[in-house]
Amino acid sequence: MTVYTFDGTMDGLLTAVFNAFALKEQPEQLLTADDVLPLFADRIYKVETDDEKARRVWAGLEKHLSVEAMRLISVSWLSELRELNQPLFQYICKVFRQGDIARNFADPDVLTVTNIARKVLHEQLRMKQFIRFQKAKDGTYLAVVSPDHNVLPLIINHFQDRFNDQPWLIYDAKRHYGYYYDGSADPIRITFEDEATVPFDIGNGRLNEDAMSDDDQLLQNLWRTYFKAICIRERMNPRKQLQDMPRRYWKYMTEKQVVKP
Amino acid sequence: MLTEKTMEKLRILAESAKYDVSCSSSGIVRKGKQGMVGNTVGGMGICHSFADDGRCISLLKVMLTNYCMYDCAYCINRRSNDIRRATLSVSELEEITMEFYRRNYIEGLFLSSGVVRNPDYTMERLTAIVRDLRTVHHFNGYIHLKSIPGASRELLSEAGRYADRMSVNIEIPREESLKLLAPEKDHQSVFQPMKLIQQGVLENKEDRQKYRHAPRFVPAGQSTQMIVGATKDTDRDILQMSSALYDQPTMRRVYYSGYVSVNTYDTRLPVLKQPPLVRENRLYQADWLLRFYHFKVEEIVDDQHTNLDLEVDPKLAWALRHPEAFPIDINTADYEMLLRVPGLGTKSAWLIVNSRRFNRLTSYDLKKMGVVMKKAKYFITCHELTSQFSQPLFGINELRPDRLRPLLVSKAEQKRAADEQQLKLNFEEVSTTD
Repeated sequence: MTVYTFDGTMDGLLTAVFNAFALKEQPEQLLTADDVLPLFADRIYKVETDDEKARRVWAGLEKHLSVEAMRLISVSWLSELRELNQPLFQYICKVFRQGDIARNFADPDVLTVTNIARKVLHEQLRMKQFIRFQKAKDGTYLAVVSPDHNVLPLIINHFQDRFNDQPWLIYDAKRHYGYYYDGSADPIRITFEDEATVPFDIGNGRLNEDAMSDDDQLLQNLWRTYFKAICIRERMNPRKQLQDMPRRYWKYMTEKQVVKP
Repeated sequence: MLTEKTMEKLRILAESAKYDVSCSSSGIVRKGKQGMVGNTVGGMGICHSFADDGRCISLLKVMLTNYCMYDCAYCINRRSNDIRRATLSVSELEEITMEFYRRNYIEGLFLSSGVVRNPDYTMERLTAIVRDLRTVHHFNGYIHLKSIPGASRELLSEAGRYADRMSVNIEIPREESLKLLAPEKDHQSVFQPMKLIQQGVLENKEDRQKYRHAPRFVPAGQSTQMIVGATKDTDRDILQMSSALYDQPTMRRVYYSGYVSVNTYDTRLPVLKQPPLVRENRLYQADWLLRFYHFKVEEIVDDQHTNLDLEVDPKLAWALRHPEAFPIDINTADYEMLLRVPGLGTKSAWLIVNSRRFNRLTSYDLKKMGVVMKKAKYFITCHELTSQFSQPLFGINELRPDRLRPLLVSKAEQKRAADEQQLKLNFEEVSTTD
């Protein structure tokens, strides 16, 4: 059995495809460096990531696949799921052998990649729905999230388009980075050197009281009041609520936070 | 300036507005503009939260005031009801909308109002708010405006330039029933503004062909709502009305609102322990069949079936009445026919028509793709059964519809349907016992 190992980057995976074709072989498995090797691997080949080779494979893919299919591949990569590596690798190899198979959902690899991409797209929608900003004293709007997949790159365009006149910061507490928009220039990627000194609580995303703008507490309360008032008690349906708004998103959501009296 | 008092007003007016079910923020894509706040995304819109009753919160659904001069029996805000009344000031409402929007709580505003003094006076105030939001606050998000029946044409056409969607609620599908519950209203007062909005949209469409930058008029079309279970109207009355409305070019959505017994003292209304949720759900399913599944209203309800079957969904009910249309071959059938298979939705049908161009599909493939086979398996044939056995082993034609039906109705569903039927009291009974 031939096993390829790569560094876990998209370029690494594309280089692996390049090497597989250059060596005229189809490895049974594609693993990252820290995966456990199978017991019977008679040939282990370490893929050295090469930007140029990766670029060539990507350009080749673009010749075969539609824009939409290419987008799904990029999106699926943001899932950061380990189980994506192998199906995506095989999918790309198959494209070069069989042509555009992006809509053959009877193919297990195509199906896996598409389904993972769909999951990521679903979560980016949820971020657009459930991100809650708090206004800080200096006028910056802050939102903290911790999505399952790395979806921030997919949503910042939406927020830049929508809130183009207000500075905002969306911070991914799980991946320790965020995007800051100053109200005019394109959003920039930021990280904090020391998360302990930031003026908000990483755990629940709430701004410290002294950093919060004066009317923000009132507006948060207004929103909580509205949220309670709009519910029709005769139609209580917590199951449906959980289906559409899973509990893991609640901790950063204003209307679901428990307020201290 | 917002204060604690505003909070109380917002609570009262949200509670007054909540029985209006329309919530969608769909139908229009508008990119953000420099110097303005907001955009609209189109597609399915964005729901920003989900209340404890499972309904989505997309727009800030609120009334300007819940004082009303009408006395419609089904409405919580009827003049004879002893509820707390409040009126938001124009500046309060605008500030709440903007601040909520900037915090990503909402997708826009859904503004409605009780009728005070006269329709024109009320409509003028609503129009003033949407005008202010667009021109003073530079709000570029979604606005859904309720149009007040009886308001003048000029006001409607001004409001339509600022709103994305406008709606007038029919509430009761048959005019006799409406007359009974709301003697001050008639269907004419509802259809008149609907027609005005439609005219406005169509004229605007022509203008835009000549002048590319002509401002758009109600670009997301109109919607309406009907109350279910407050009168004796059958599902056929309701669906025929919906179907006729969907034939109009600007009608995008018809909502169905299961009647919640808000005014239990009124003997013209039935007393329901819980809103008719199953029936409402079946109506929405039928609505989807009309809009996305190429069904005609006569196929869903007819003289023998004036009400929808509460135990099975309308598509399955149709399939059980028409065993001759099945089995359907997954590998050759048209997209339209695939949509008629119980259990197959638009998504599954799309997956099937795309994948079958590469190789013939088996039931294994279908399962892998995520097609739900529980119902579908009785109505389809796949690759694994060759021409000799082109019938599925236990399809609808072997089992016969009357024996298949119990297999597809779950105990839970039976119970839910039975509960709802049981709680439905006779109108005559109510009036004698009350």
